Amino acid sequence: MSKSNFTRRGLLKTSAIAGAGVAMPTIFTASSAAAYTNEPTGSGVTLGFNVPQTGPYAEEGMDELRAQELAVQHLNGEGDGGMMNTFSSKALKGNGILGNKVKFVTGDTQTKSDAARASAKSMIEKDGAIMINGGSSSGVAVAVQGLCQEAGVIFMAGLTHSNDTTGKDKKANGFRHFFNAYMSGAALAPVLANAYGKDRRAYHLTADYTWGWTQQASMQAATEAMGWETVNNVLTPLASTDFSSYIAPVLNSGADVLVLNHYGGNMVNSLTNAVQFGLQDKMVNGKQFEIVVPLYSELMAAGAGENVQGVIGSMNWNWQLQDEGTKAFVKSFGEKYGRPPSNSAHTCYVQTLLYADACERAGTFNPCGVAEALEGFEFDGLGNGPTLYRADDHQCFKDVLVMKGKENPTNQYDTLEIVEVTPRAQVEYAPDHPMFAGGELGKCNPGA
Amino acid sequence: MLGLNKHDMKMLLIVAALAMLAPFLLNPFPTDSAMAQFNAGYPDLMQRFVIFGIFAIGFNILFGLTGYLSFGHAAFLGVGSYSTVWMFKLLDYNIVPGIILSVIVAGLFAVVIGYVSLRRSGIYFSILTLAFAQMSFNLAYSVLTPITNGETGLQVYTSDPQYLIDDWETVPHLFGLVEMRSTYTMELGAWSFDFNAGYYLCAVLMVLMFYLSIRIFRSPFGMMLRAVKSNQTRMNYTGLNAKPYTLAAFVISGMYAGLAGGLLASMDPLAGAERMQWTASGEVVLMTILGGAGTLIGPVVGAGFIKYFENIFSKINENVLHEWFGFLPDGLENAVVWVVEHFVGSGWHLTLGVLFMMVVIFLPGGLVEGGQRIMRMLRGKKSDNDAEKTTQSTPAE
Repeated sequence: MSKSNFTRRGLLKTSAIAGAGVAMPTIFTASSAAAYTNEPTGSGVTLGFNVPQTGPYAEEGMDELRAQELAVQHLNGEGDGGMMNTFSSKALKGNGILGNKVKFVTGDTQTKSDAARASAKSMIEKDGAIMINGGSSSGVAVAVQGLCQEAGVIFMAGLTHSNDTTGKDKKANGFRHFFNAYMSGAALAPVLANAYGKDRRAYHLTADYTWGWTQQASMQAATEAMGWETVNNVLTPLASTDFSSYIAPVLNSGADVLVLNHYGGNMVNSLTNAVQFGLQDKMVNGKQFEIVVPLYSELMAAGAGENVQGVIGSMNWNWQLQDEGTKAFVKSFGEKYGRPPSNSAHTCYVQTLLYADACERAGTFNPCGVAEALEGFEFDGLGNGPTLYRADDHQCFKDVLVMKGKENPTNQYDTLEIVEVTPRAQVEYAPDHPMFAGGELGKCNPGA
Repeated sequence: MLGLNKHDMKMLLIVAALAMLAPFLLNPFPTDSAMAQFNAGYPDLMQRFVIFGIFAIGFNILFGLTGYLSFGHAAFLGVGSYSTVWMFKLLDYNIVPGIILSVIVAGLFAVVIGYVSLRRSGIYFSILTLAFAQMSFNLAYSVLTPITNGETGLQVYTSDPQYLIDDWETVPHLFGLVEMRSTYTMELGAWSFDFNAGYYLCAVLMVLMFYLSIRIFRSPFGMMLRAVKSNQTRMNYTGLNAKPYTLAAFVISGMYAGLAGGLLASMDPLAGAERMQWTASGEVVLMTILGGAGTLIGPVVGAGFIKYFENIFSKINENVLHEWFGFLPDGLENAVVWVVEHFVGSGWHLTLGVLFMMVVIFLPGGLVEGGQRIMRMLRGKKSDNDAEKTTQSTPAE
């Protein structure tokens, strides 16, 4: 005996259940009523400081963290206010950001893209961080910038020098205050041509990752424009610690300048190897052999010791500058930690202030509002002279320092001296410059 | 039921229940309380728990059953991730093709690496797998940069071909039904619980993989693998060729690792070379031994433990410590903070190392053995029943 199940009620019931089943996944997509990711709920605002605390760039990371803590103090009206007093924008009042007390959480990037993303994610998902700041590697910066774009928070890059960060990997939610490889090349080439002559033959050793590649390309283009010749470019794995096997062939290549596109521990080791091989005492093609390190940092210079003496490189900022902003920052950093800040510490400090200031001016923490406030923002008094946050690629444009290892250092922090402050106009480039082409900012993403 | 005996069924149900209720279990503290620091119920970490659980379950099929200690399993995790990201780059953000490809590619890798490495056993096998993994890492890191994007990690760009992409697709999803990152947050008084779509996908797969692993453990094939572990020479003398069995176990566990890698990339569309580094291979060995090698549930417990330390302990910084110990007099506070800060924050490795030593010395059967001892104490001196005996581990050597 058969019985039809197709009663009206039965059909309604079944379709209701089926409908609910189909709709089930959508309850997961419906997010809360917040207008953007991690909208502060009144009990303060949380910033995420994602820096390398272990691994090859740990030293840089610890210094960044010190500067970020200092910035939070200044934003909350503790301490002497540092660069907030010299900053050309007066929106910050020392009462937190938009009246919210500033709190912060920290994470360890381990200088690995994976770990950096995991730690940034945990700060965004668990701690409710509304902005991620810091980092000391371009690979990591590019990875975390991509994450922040997807998650809908602002990324204020720390030390990242690759052209790609604001070039082919640029993102609407990401901002970089630090200078880049192109700028280093543009600033260094004239100084090098003056110091070493225009008919030099250069040999490049390059760290094999995004920063190394763009740094090498920038140096090659800039020096060749001055009349130099590039003999060879050898890529070295980032994990190398001994560079002797790469240095030995340099002597027989007919090159008379060695360009070390290395950073951090790599640079300390390769420079030390090169000096041990006595390259600097050699005469090649009737000229004194020279070594160039395009990107310098105080911590690297300290690591390489007397090997940096006389070696030319470039920097974003140095504590020996004499403007009011620098003096105020060095004073309050020195009083708190008993040492001068490094150039990575400076950029993270400034990025934190710039973010806070943009929130104040925009009147919101919404990433889209903040991004709009930062785009095309002109400011001064943060240690680099008049600076522009360009809207086209979210890159800051400012003067670049050309540095030289000091011949007779007087103390452990006095390792570098300023050779020239290259004016901003000389290092500017069009947003669609071939070295930066290929990416697009996309639209700002507020998350929710 | 499902071809399992009562005890195994109970274990499977416990694992399934834990996985499904994880958002509640991992967020036991109210959001604004000081203890919220120890909450682990946020999507990214929950996903990692189950993904590395899958990785460790697979590793345990090789190490726990055959006793072959592979030091190169991270290579399979890495190729799995790269395959999935390439599927995102070539097709679209649907995770299914990527995950299927990741398992297949990892399986192929495992056949090749396993065929060569399994010619030797013991320490030589470990070194061979380590060498292969390190080779894969270096290839991914600096030689095959057009395929892997080197140190920066492989990412999806808007300029990628993505032949099947629709306009609305911006993040990984499952057939357009649900995005992997979408999270429903339930506010319950002072508590808040996150239900993440990606997590549940991984959790369901983890339970399935756990079931598969139980079936393998209980099968004649699993028995053969145990025979390899207990005395391979005797097995050879009886005329049995162990190699096909060990190779099959190696490939299966490689495919598990590939699945884990594919899921990692599906949750967060990026694949970095450091996923293949020897430290990552070592991590899964630690997970398995910490939890209990050769036991069914041990690897999952171990994976959870290590990921918890990595993500929660590493975030306790000096400021947090000062908040905790603020009630102490100043001098004492600084002293306590100075001591404790070496064990948290960037010092989390130290805490984990101490814990690992304790487990190896006092609980050779891993945390599972610890659990069993506690259970036994609670039950008094009652002797083990048969079912428990079958899961009793032989200590990892």
